[in-house]
Amino acid sequence: MKEKPDTLEQAVLTEYKYGFVTDIDTDVIAKGLSENTIRLISNKKNEPEWMLDWRLKAYNHWLKLEEPKWSNVKYPIINYQDIIYYAAPKPKKQLNSLDEADPELLATFEKLGISLNEQKRLTGVAVDVVMDSVSIATSFKEQLSEIGVIFCSISEAIQLHPELVKKYLGSVVPMTDNYFAALNSAVFTDGSFCYIPKGVRCPMELSTYFRINTENAGQFERTLIVAEDESYVSYLEGCTAPMRDENQLHAAVVELVAHAKAEIKYSTVQNWYPGDKNGLGGIYNFVTKRGMCKGDHSKISWTQVETGSAITWKYPSVILKGDHSIGEFYSVAFTNNHQQADTGTKMIHLGKNTRSRIVSKGISAGHSQNSYRGLVRASKQATNARNYSQCDSLLLGDKCGAHTFPYIEVKNKTAIVEHEATTSKIGEDQLFYCKQRGIDAETAVALIVNGFAKEVMNQLPMEFAVEAQKLLAISMEGSVG
Amino acid sequence: MLSVKNIHANIDGREILKGINLDIKPGEVHAIMGPNGSGKSTLASVLAGREEYEVTEGAVSFLGKDLLELSTEDRAREGLFLAFQYPVEIPGVSTTNFIKAAVNEKRKYLGQEPLDAVAFLKMMKEKMALVEIDQRLLSRSINEGFSGGEKKRNEVFQMAMLEPKLAIMDETDSGLDIDALRIVANGINKLRSPDRAILLITHYQRLLDYIQPDYVHVLYNGRIVKSGTKELALELEEKGYDFITDEVDLAANQ
Repeated sequence: MKEKPDTLEQAVLTEYKYGFVTDIDTDVIAKGLSENTIRLISNKKNEPEWMLDWRLKAYNHWLKLEEPKWSNVKYPIINYQDIIYYAAPKPKKQLNSLDEADPELLATFEKLGISLNEQKRLTGVAVDVVMDSVSIATSFKEQLSEIGVIFCSISEAIQLHPELVKKYLGSVVPMTDNYFAALNSAVFTDGSFCYIPKGVRCPMELSTYFRINTENAGQFERTLIVAEDESYVSYLEGCTAPMRDENQLHAAVVELVAHAKAEIKYSTVQNWYPGDKNGLGGIYNFVTKRGMCKGDHSKISWTQVETGSAITWKYPSVILKGDHSIGEFYSVAFTNNHQQADTGTKMIHLGKNTRSRIVSKGISAGHSQNSYRGLVRASKQATNARNYSQCDSLLLGDKCGAHTFPYIEVKNKTAIVEHEATTSKIGEDQLFYCKQRGIDAETAVALIVNGFAKEVMNQLPMEFAVEAQKLLAISMEGSVG
Repeated sequence: MLSVKNIHANIDGREILKGINLDIKPGEVHAIMGPNGSGKSTLASVLAGREEYEVTEGAVSFLGKDLLELSTEDRAREGLFLAFQYPVEIPGVSTTNFIKAAVNEKRKYLGQEPLDAVAFLKMMKEKMALVEIDQRLLSRSINEGFSGGEKKRNEVFQMAMLEPKLAIMDETDSGLDIDALRIVANGINKLRSPDRAILLITHYQRLLDYIQPDYVHVLYNGRIVKSGTKELALELEEKGYDFITDEVDLAANQ
């Protein structure tokens, strides 16, 4: 019998599971951006003068910039005066323990699968939770501080560790770096701060969970991770947002600093609300992420699984300054319906014998557009720099697009740069083949996508690999067509 | 086992099958022959449940069930297997993983426990020997970069693994040289059994030199116009399809 024609489409269509709104009393400032807005934010956070000055400097620089237009994404003009720059769940009193947190908030995060109750949590994972503009709670803080690891919200770090913040904030992503980084520097409200002292191997995964709740609010978070000599940390971030017809802006900055022989492993499972199947609503995820391999033999590894957001625009990058330093980028970007993703990385080889590896897997379904954009640069001093890049695209159906924009700049003759790219397509023929073998469309797509993304998924910390795999499977439900 | 009654089927509004009748019992091997465009592959697709084809009239019963009411995957799980004329490539999925998923989906449907890795490997080893397929081929992405012969052998291997009740072989001989044909035909012969029926769809008689059918049907212009025993295939080989089709066309014009 003739069934509905587009089985591929059905197999990736799914409801966004995290689209609910928490009804909680929120301290919201008026929409709009001006010096006064920044003063207000800084004041609410009780910040020292130097922080306010830094913000204002960034704001004044931002005013001179124009929104970049070079990416392969399309969206209407953003009205920056129509965004709420600060929204905080009330009451914002200092919590000594998570048990003191608002039960409604705890319930929200329980619902998202993030248990804030330390007893109930997976041992081995400490979590900082950010809702809208503020960090609500950080778990395992005390246990970590016993070995000298600082893991807290950036707001708290500004208060308690100003010398570290002053030293590193903006050292990898200067406030003048780009339009969204300048905006973030002016209005960032919270985020996570991690500091791993010399020789310490952080015994648990550190993670931050970002949640947007308030309507019309933008989220501007700032994350700073510093790993001293011979230290190691694995950090993971996750994010979700309610379903709304209006687009919401999320412009984050993440900076990583790895000193000599230090290693930072940064994993992202990004699941912002992607908009509905007609492309209405969803998060604009415009993020600047960059790591600096400052010391010799240091290593920074980015792993990202990107399934959410109406538009994703981000290039987690590594500056390989120290000799023998290593940069890695593993990415799975899945786009469905009308989602757009322009994502990739930059590997800037400055030191000698530096190595980088890029593995990018783009999966497009529905009417979505998925672009890989990557830069590999070997400077004059980067003797024996090595890069290997692999960019694979998988198209589910014939209405979506995959694009690859590799940029290679080599100024040193001893550098070796390799780039490989493939594109494959899954259509009705492949699905029929699977179904004829007794494998239904959804299982077939999951099998194909998991096979395709395996190399990247294997890079995720074990606790999250399963979650990420499930997320990928859910995002894909209905993408067969 | 399979009873096809007066099946009519369209694609894009064009009628391809114009009233097919066919009865197949367990253990039998039927061959459907016919010139290009007669509707042979359409018949295979309709039985397997390809969605582009619309069945406008008729009924099919398979093992007592209304086949047309079953989804494509349930037909497969009930024991209907189609060896594709053009097996597709599926990037990123190894043949081993693919077949494991298929075997276990079928077991789940039948209410059986999934096979564990050891039992599965044991089964693979046995069936690999049957169709002379190289293990290295099975760890590669399914059909990706396979030669024509390797693809067809892989189809027969999957048939062996899935142990169907009815196997439809759609031009399994096409594009094979004589050695590959012999290996594939040997594999199919080894899979003949009293409770398994095989429907061979072929343009040429040469496959039937290797696999002896019990019945031969000639499909022409969407209908079975002649049925007989294997001698019919030999006669076709000798005289060409014209000797039947001219007769049919003449009758139609009168």
